[in-house]
Amino acid sequence: MSTIAEKFGREDWARFTPKQRLQRYAVFAFSALTLGWAISSIDVIWPWVWDAPEQMADLFGRMYPPDARNLKTILSVLLETVNIATFATVLGVLLSLPVAYLAAQNTTPNRATLWLGRLILVTSRSVNTIIWALLFVAIFGPGVVAGILAIMFRSIGFIGKLLGEAIEEIDKRPVEALEATGASRFKVIVYAIVPQVIPTFWAVAILRWDINLRESTVLGLVGAGGIGIVLQGAIDTFNWPEAATVLLAIIALVVIGEFIAAFLRSRIL
Amino acid sequence: MLKITNLVKRYGNGEPVLKDLDLMIEGESVVSIIGSSGAGKSTLLRCINRLVEPTSGSIELNGNELTKLKGRQLRTARRKIGMVFQGFNLVDRLTVMENVQSGRLGYISTWAAVTRSYPKEDIRRAFELMERVGIAHYANKRADELSGGERQRVGVVRALMQNPEILLADEPTASLDPKTSEQIMELLRNLAAELKLPVLINIHNVTEAKIYTDRIVGMRYGRIIFDDKPDALDKEAMDKIYSGNPQADRNQNMLETA
Repeated sequence: MSTIAEKFGREDWARFTPKQRLQRYAVFAFSALTLGWAISSIDVIWPWVWDAPEQMADLFGRMYPPDARNLKTILSVLLETVNIATFATVLGVLLSLPVAYLAAQNTTPNRATLWLGRLILVTSRSVNTIIWALLFVAIFGPGVVAGILAIMFRSIGFIGKLLGEAIEEIDKRPVEALEATGASRFKVIVYAIVPQVIPTFWAVAILRWDINLRESTVLGLVGAGGIGIVLQGAIDTFNWPEAATVLLAIIALVVIGEFIAAFLRSRIL
Repeated sequence: MLKITNLVKRYGNGEPVLKDLDLMIEGESVVSIIGSSGAGKSTLLRCINRLVEPTSGSIELNGNELTKLKGRQLRTARRKIGMVFQGFNLVDRLTVMENVQSGRLGYISTWAAVTRSYPKEDIRRAFELMERVGIAHYANKRADELSGGERQRVGVVRALMQNPEILLADEPTASLDPKTSEQIMELLRNLAAELKLPVLINIHNVTEAKIYTDRIVGMRYGRIIFDDKPDALDKEAMDKIYSGNPQADRNQNMLETA
């Protein structure tokens, strides 16, 4: 009789076979080469990079002390920024509901509507807010309307995508149970699907409002309303003290928005 | 009366799950279906309310052929077939009352459903049934706050709210502890008698099947191989129902046809 140790004992074990190890080294070397090539191919003017700390100090010097004489205008435009973000979020949420319904595999009526839903989502998401804004400024002229539409269009893709995924991930058993009672498709959606995605719905809507608040502060740079217009004006006229005030106001707004979003989240979810 | 004839269900091109199955359920009897996992019990039940689409054969409920129905007609037929599930299949985030009233969704208007303005007689009926099974005090609680046994009672009341002509129960006690499980079985038996309702129960627990049902149907790999009073289910019959494997059964078929 031999012991188990004699029969089965062995002490050579390696996580990877030699071939796997070779492959891993190859992938690593290739990645390093790609990264090196990428760095060397972009045209960096190194003196400007080394110069940066000096430039920063200079800029801060010109910004300090911030000039708050225009504070009243800045605050009123800031309010406009909040309004753009809020209206756009509400509209975006409303419009994203049918899109999410179309883009979720388990609710969409047929394959054509599924692809329509997905097309809307991809279009909305692949175009940046600023580019939407440029487009709408060209159509509706500069101002708040262009800003609201830009943010709304970008929000539809974001909310619709996350909501659609939430719909696809629901527990299907209640759906089956209500189908078995003879309920129509619409009633099944209202009773078995909607209650399951409501938490996600609120979480996504609040998150998007939070994001939209930040996005709406830069809309003015392309003339689509909000605080960005004042910032642009101050920078263009080298009015650095006022630009500093605007930047501080934006930071304050974003921080307050963050708090409100966190509060809503804790109350609703 | 439920009359199933030559029922076949085949998924894809594989071996049929139900093979030319005949079953007749008359009157207000409580019938249990036993058999090992994969015998086709669940598929059989789900063919009746068309959660699973039968491949061929006929299912008649009180003279109404169910296998050919589509759309609105199918929904109307489904209203008369109550179903209780192993996992209860409640909507967790809705209240007990909303879950119970969802058994009426096939009857009430869309507006009434969305606004939760249920007809008075439905509310009265819901409270009667909930009182009967002991969950009326939970009416405004969310379904996920209840224990397993209580949740299954909600499931039973939801099915009964449909005012069904037959009640299907797919392993209604498999997720419950032994004591609660017996309570639910007893409840199903008593409600069936009170409401003069035929009940068809898939069950793994043979002891419970013998105690609480009037008739036992034993299935093995898509066929009914036992159908008699509970007393007739002896050791030999049990061995027959729970032995074998699909391969052996298939070989036997070939021998028979040869």
